[in-house]
Amino acid sequence: MIITKKKDFKEILLKLKKTDKVFVVGCGSCATKCNTGSLQAVDEMTEQLKNNNINITGSVVLDSACDIRIARKDLLKNESFKNSTAVLCLTCGAGVQAVEKITSLKIIAGLDGVFVGTTERIGVYNNYCSTCGQCIIDKTEGICVVTRCSKGLINGPCGGAVDGKCEVNREQDCAWVLVYNKLKSAGKLDKLKQLYTPPRMLIKPKKLVEEKRVLNK
Amino acid sequence: MKFKEKLKTDKFIITAELFPPKGTNVDVLLQKADILAKVTDAINVTDNQRASMRLGSIAVCKLLHDKGYETILQMTCRDRNRIALQSDLLSASVLGLENILFLSGDHPSAGEYIGTKTVYDLDVIQLIKTAKILETGIDLAGKKLNGSPKFCVGAVANPNSTPLDLQVLMLEKKVACGISFVQTQTVFDVEQYFEFYQKTKHLPVTILPGVTVIKSVKFMNFLKNLPGVNIPQKIQDRMMSSKDSFKEGIKICAETIKELKKFSKGVHIMAIGIEEYIPEIIKQSEII
Repeated sequence: MIITKKKDFKEILLKLKKTDKVFVVGCGSCATKCNTGSLQAVDEMTEQLKNNNINITGSVVLDSACDIRIARKDLLKNESFKNSTAVLCLTCGAGVQAVEKITSLKIIAGLDGVFVGTTERIGVYNNYCSTCGQCIIDKTEGICVVTRCSKGLINGPCGGAVDGKCEVNREQDCAWVLVYNKLKSAGKLDKLKQLYTPPRMLIKPKKLVEEKRVLNK
Repeated sequence: MKFKEKLKTDKFIITAELFPPKGTNVDVLLQKADILAKVTDAINVTDNQRASMRLGSIAVCKLLHDKGYETILQMTCRDRNRIALQSDLLSASVLGLENILFLSGDHPSAGEYIGTKTVYDLDVIQLIKTAKILETGIDLAGKKLNGSPKFCVGAVANPNSTPLDLQVLMLEKKVACGISFVQTQTVFDVEQYFEFYQKTKHLPVTILPGVTVIKSVKFMNFLKNLPGVNIPQKIQDRMMSSKDSFKEGIKICAETIKELKKFSKGVHIMAIGIEEYIPEIIKQSEII
């Protein structure tokens, strides 16, 4: 899922200073799991803004803020939303932009999207996927070196690992050592020796349109 | 005899490292180069080492080359994409720079540009292969070159990295790509290096273990915290108890080289800031 973190409240307050009617939008998907855009997070934000004399018109937690259809359906029928001048989105950037698509209100982002990750427990997330558009994870025993190697090296490690930890952060496992250990215990180190991935296509599309299925009559 | 040719002989090879200045004043650098040229077989020029911003290594190599000194151009994957890397390789070639050392490059998290975007568009294995492809007269896009370069390609290894076998495996991969020489991360523990040596002596490549001069206790404490640097307690104690730690550091470095010479084919000296003392280190090590 998309891992988000809350922006500094002072920063949000500064952005809302000259805005009189603010509507708050949360997200029931990833940002709820991160507790950054959940009902609780939206209520807390609303309360905090009110305490700082910001006029809050209302709030809603969309089932999935990044779904333009849901944003349109749930927001455009909401009278408080329509009577607002600004919308504060406690969603990832995709959520912010789904809301932007359906309204001309001033858009304010309340969260920072950080990475696509796994949840270890609520509040502890791992950066495990770069959505690079060309998954090569099967070449490295299910461990994404594109993301988990600090340098994104795809044909083997640099020389910075000590005791299996990365030179960039001594708390962080060297992704290549993880791959190496798995292959070693499986007696398949030759796979690592033979592994070669040529320079990859690193430009990603700005839009993805699924090919329409040809119906067989 | 050129560095490339010396690699094929039994000659004990000495290389040393110079780092370009932060700025445009090259006076000190050239003075140091004059000293090093007399006692080394080639001078490495670093590429924005530790992710600090400095004068470019191609420019400095060219200045040294014009004085008739042989250089080893260091080139990292950190700052340039595949277009810039290939272009710089061609540039190096037309300037007469033949020896290239490829490295991943220190991550910016350790340097003065912590927030910069890292590139690593190509990794070292891909970059070595790229240099080899350019030599055949085509580029990575498969386009024909009008004039092709010739290189003597080297790479690095870290004998202090653990697990060591993974470093060895990685070095085998680099050798399989056709490199001619290897320079290693700094070695203080000769016994530990010997283990690396035993595991890599079968490889058809000249390995030059790296040594660094510990110029002060303060510098030692800095070095100790660098990734993959291991200073044995014995050496630390000697530095701590010495009345003249500068002199002691030079002595330790010379002794390390002397020990390494018993089995290695050469040495790569990184004197970080006190390169003018390299002749003295070499003298004390009794290697020539």
